[in-house]
Amino acid sequence: MALEVGSGLTIGLILGTVIVVAAMLIWVERRLLSFWQERLGPNRVGPFGLLQVVADMIKIFTKEDWVPPFADRVSFVIAPAIIMTVILLSFAVIPFAPNIGIIESNIGVLFILAMASLGAYSVMLGGLSSDNKYALLGSLRAAAQMVSYEVFMGISLLGVVALSGSFNLRTIVEAQEGMWFVVPQFVGFVIFLIAGVAESHRLPFDIPEAEQEICAGYHTEYSGMKFGMFFVGEYLGLVLVSSLITVLFFGGWMGPGFLPPVVWFALKSGVFIAFFILLRAAIPRPRYDQLMSYGWLFLLPLSLINLLVTGAVILSN
Amino acid sequence: MYSLIKDTLLSQVVTLWGVFKKLFVKADTVEYPDQQPYMFPRWRGRIILSRDPDGEERCVACNLCAVACPVDCIALQKGEMEDGRWYPEFFRINFSRCIMCGFCEEACPTNAIQLTPDFEMAEYVRQDMVWEKEDLLISGCGKYHDYNFYRVAGKQISGKDKGEALNEAKPVNVRSLMP
Repeated sequence: MALEVGSGLTIGLILGTVIVVAAMLIWVERRLLSFWQERLGPNRVGPFGLLQVVADMIKIFTKEDWVPPFADRVSFVIAPAIIMTVILLSFAVIPFAPNIGIIESNIGVLFILAMASLGAYSVMLGGLSSDNKYALLGSLRAAAQMVSYEVFMGISLLGVVALSGSFNLRTIVEAQEGMWFVVPQFVGFVIFLIAGVAESHRLPFDIPEAEQEICAGYHTEYSGMKFGMFFVGEYLGLVLVSSLITVLFFGGWMGPGFLPPVVWFALKSGVFIAFFILLRAAIPRPRYDQLMSYGWLFLLPLSLINLLVTGAVILSN
Repeated sequence: MYSLIKDTLLSQVVTLWGVFKKLFVKADTVEYPDQQPYMFPRWRGRIILSRDPDGEERCVACNLCAVACPVDCIALQKGEMEDGRWYPEFFRINFSRCIMCGFCEEACPTNAIQLTPDFEMAEYVRQDMVWEKEDLLISGCGKYHDYNFYRVAGKQISGKDKGEALNEAKPVNVRSLMP
C-alpha cells in the first residue's frame, strides 16, 4: 500500500493523526493558555507535561459513566457520538497534501457545511434529552447560534468558490498556486474565521456551554467518556476549522520546497489552532442577543457585499 | 460606522496583541516542591515547644495558650516536679483545627510555645494531625537564646529561694516598720 488518495494506509494515518492531535490539544491548550496568563500550566507528568493527556484519558475512562434516570436514554447516548462522527466525516474531503486525502469530492465545501449543520443536532439532542434546565438553555442557545451562523458561514465561502470555480477543495488549493485567497478574499476570511469560532463552540462564542452562566450548558449531565466525546469533539472541530481555513484561504499544502507539503499544511493549521486558543485567552464572551444581532445585522450584510464585489470583479475581468 | 469598527474590531485586535505579548513574559508561578520559597523568620507556621538554655522544658503549664487559642486546639495538664517546677504532663495541639494565628505565642509568659517558618504538615490520616508533647518539643531554645523563666521569675523552687532570682529584690517583711 502506498501513500495515495483513498488508500487504506492513508485513511488509517489520517484518522489516527487527527484523533491523536485532538487529544494532544487538551494539553496544548492548557499550556498555551497558561503562558498567556503568565502561568506555567501542566508540566508535571512526563517531559513538559506531555503525558498529561494520558493521565486525563485514564481519569476520564475510569470515571463512572452515568446516565441520569430522568434522561431520554437513547438520544442521550447517541448525542455525543453524533458530534464525533460528523466531524471525523468532515475530514474525509480535506486535502492534506497532493498525495494525502481520503476522497476526491466535487462538492467538498458543501459536504463540510452539511456536516457542520448536522453537528448542531448533537448539541441540541444532548441538551434536550438531559431533561435539565441548564442543558435545555444551552441547546436553545446552540440552535439560535447555528441558525445565525450557518448562513453567512456558507456565504463567506462563496467568494472562494467563485474565484476558483469549484467546490472541490483540492481544486481550490491548486487554484491558489499564484496567490493565496486570503489576499483577494480578506473579508471572507475574517467572516469565516468568526463563523468558525462559533461553529466549533469555542470561546468567545461558547455560548451554548458558557460555564459561568449555565454550568456547562448542553453537557451539564454528561460524565465519563460521553463527556469526553463532547470534549474531544470540540477539539476535533477546532482542528477541522483550522485546516479548513488553511485549505480555503492559505494555500493548503503549498509552500517553499524545503519542507514536505504535509508539514506546511500542519504548520499553517497549527498557527490557526494557536490563534483560536489566543482568542480564548483574550476575548470575553458576548451576550447571547449581542451575538445574534452581530451576526444578522453586521456579518450577514458584510458577507453578501463581499460576494457581490467578488462577483463584479470576476465579471469585469 | 467609524466608531463601530473602532469598538468592535480595533479593540479586539488590541486585546489580542496585548495578551499575545504575555507569551514572552516570565511566568509568576513558583514551582514549589522543586523551588523552595523564602520563608520569613517571623512566619507563623508549625508550633513547637522550646527548652531553656539549661535544656529543661520552658512550658510551665499555665494554660494561658489554651485560653488564648480562638479555636481551642490546645489541651494540656499541669504537673509538678519535686523541686517545685511546673511542667505539662501532656501537651496536645490539634493541628487540624489550628489556624496559625500565633495568639498562643503572644500569650506565653515563658516563651515556651513558638511558631516556626515550617508549614509542610500534611498527613494522610486525620488522627496524625494531633501532635503530642514529644512531637512538639525541640531540643533548642527557638527564637530566644538566653531566656530562662525560673532564673528571672519570683517563683520559689528548690535551690532558689525568694529574692534570689536575677534582678529580684529581697522580699520585704510587710510586718516590719523599718524602711
